[in-house]
Amino acid sequence: MLKSNSRNVSGLGDFVFSRLTLICSLVLIAILVNILVILIIQALPAIKEFGAAFLGSTTWNPVNDQYGALPAIYGTLLSSFLALIVAVPISIGAAIFLTEIAPVWLSNIASFVIEMLAAIPSVIIGLWALFVLIPAVRDPIEKWLGNTLGALPFFQGNQLGFGFLAAGIVLALMIIPIITAMSRDVLRAVPQAQREAMLALGATRWETIRKAVLPYGRSGLVGAVLLGLGRAMGETMAVAMVIGNAYRITPSLFSTGTTVPSKIANEFGEASGIQLSSLLELALILFVITLLVNIIARLLVWRMTAVKTGKD
Amino acid sequence: MAHDGCKDWQRLIMYSSNLVARKWFNRFMLGLCALGAGLAIVFVCLMLGYILIQGVSFFNLDFLTHTAAPIGQTGGGMRNEIIGTLILVGLGSLIAVPLGMMTGIFLSEFANPLVASGVRFAADILAGVPSIVVGVFAYAIIVRPLHSYSAFSAGAALAIIMIPIVARTTEESMRLVPNSLREAALALGITRWRSVLSVVIPGAITGIATGIMLGVARIAGETAPLIFTAFGNSFGFDGLGKPIGALPLQIYRYAISPYKDWQQQAWAAAFLLSLLVLVISMAVRWLSRKRSS
Repeated sequence: MLKSNSRNVSGLGDFVFSRLTLICSLVLIAILVNILVILIIQALPAIKEFGAAFLGSTTWNPVNDQYGALPAIYGTLLSSFLALIVAVPISIGAAIFLTEIAPVWLSNIASFVIEMLAAIPSVIIGLWALFVLIPAVRDPIEKWLGNTLGALPFFQGNQLGFGFLAAGIVLALMIIPIITAMSRDVLRAVPQAQREAMLALGATRWETIRKAVLPYGRSGLVGAVLLGLGRAMGETMAVAMVIGNAYRITPSLFSTGTTVPSKIANEFGEASGIQLSSLLELALILFVITLLVNIIARLLVWRMTAVKTGKD
Repeated sequence: MAHDGCKDWQRLIMYSSNLVARKWFNRFMLGLCALGAGLAIVFVCLMLGYILIQGVSFFNLDFLTHTAAPIGQTGGGMRNEIIGTLILVGLGSLIAVPLGMMTGIFLSEFANPLVASGVRFAADILAGVPSIVVGVFAYAIIVRPLHSYSAFSAGAALAIIMIPIVARTTEESMRLVPNSLREAALALGITRWRSVLSVVIPGAITGIATGIMLGVARIAGETAPLIFTAFGNSFGFDGLGKPIGALPLQIYRYAISPYKDWQQQAWAAAFLLSLLVLVISMAVRWLSRKRSS
């Protein structure tokens, strides 16, 4: 690809215009850096007050001004993990279907429908979950799990509908389109020769996918899953509406709980002083975790799809 | 990997020369993949169908033209919230479109490869920042110092979410403009910046418009960043420095309220927002189809 170098820019108009575009790009980077800096500054009172104990403490008591992040972090990790368990097999399967099995017209329509799910605002998914999913989770799902697997600590307790399980299912729904679209792009970037070689050896379609396509795209697929994870951990509204907002750590998936984003959404408006600072520290923790997950994911996906653009 | 559990079992089949078993296993696994896609599609259709049907049954003219009824009274509508959302989306776009487009132009036309990949990376990472964190950030830099919730702070938060979307789509669609067009313009003696504005951008305008529409669809439904910036205001628009109502905020408040009437209004609002998002998605698809053909 031919790209003229910025050194070739001549004349005042070119100089001004190119610098203007550069400044706008710097604004974008500045926003990213500033989010980190501002969050650290504003969380400083809580960081000074509680130190590292903030991460390990399970209390959240505005009356005594004692705050700890562990239950929120636990809830975030648990609900995102549940979401991945549900979403990953479905999404990877769907991506394989879209790239390897379906004819082009069907693949186009199916991609469009699945991606439409990603466009629905999370508050509307939350509304739907509140009135449709929660009753369904309460009666067939939790009842059945309680009856058959009730011996396990994960499936004990009151079957309320609200809780980690419902949050996990809602998150799964929300990240399926993301993981599917990303995995589809990754699988499309796998060179055709890779498939043809395997088929020429007499492998079936599935053997080709399993031995030649998926291994080739492994890092990209991991990246796609991580992007989904990053989204799940930061998702706020739909989770806040279904998780029940209790500050506790328990192995039971039926139990109500909270996540970092839903804790912030619920309390930020009325908080002040050290409580506000603690919520800002929660936001900082969330920002740093999702930042790391996204950086790893982007690098993995980029490496994979760069192969494709290099080939074109 | 999703099917690691099958590994040993599969290897057994693979290396046995039992063609019939391999063929059946092939069908079984392909069927599972199709099932994954089918499940996702059925879920989307069921959910969308439910939202649209439920929403349209509570949707009426009053909803569009009336303001919110006081607690205890039935009826009323979301006129103020609809106007509020339009204002917020307008504000966000007003900030994000120029900034995002200029960043896209920089990436596609002026940046050297190293700087470009840095900025591109930052844009992708910014797009992945949870929207609630963006809301907290806008609160910290605007609402807290000014001691007031404001339409402006909400617009800024939405703009931060929209910038990377516009930037990346602008860049991608400008890259699709053939270099021969740029060279032809330069050969005529036009300066670089004029050729960008009058040759490259017109050539990429459909793609750029697509990006802006995607951004609008995204920020129109954002709720988390509005809770502590826009805050909500059922009395109507009161200036950019004052709290402002928005459809997604109202959906949230009404959905978790105990009043049947409010919940029905939430459904009607959800219908309106979903319709907007769906229409934009379809238009985007239509536009990008037209572009590629």
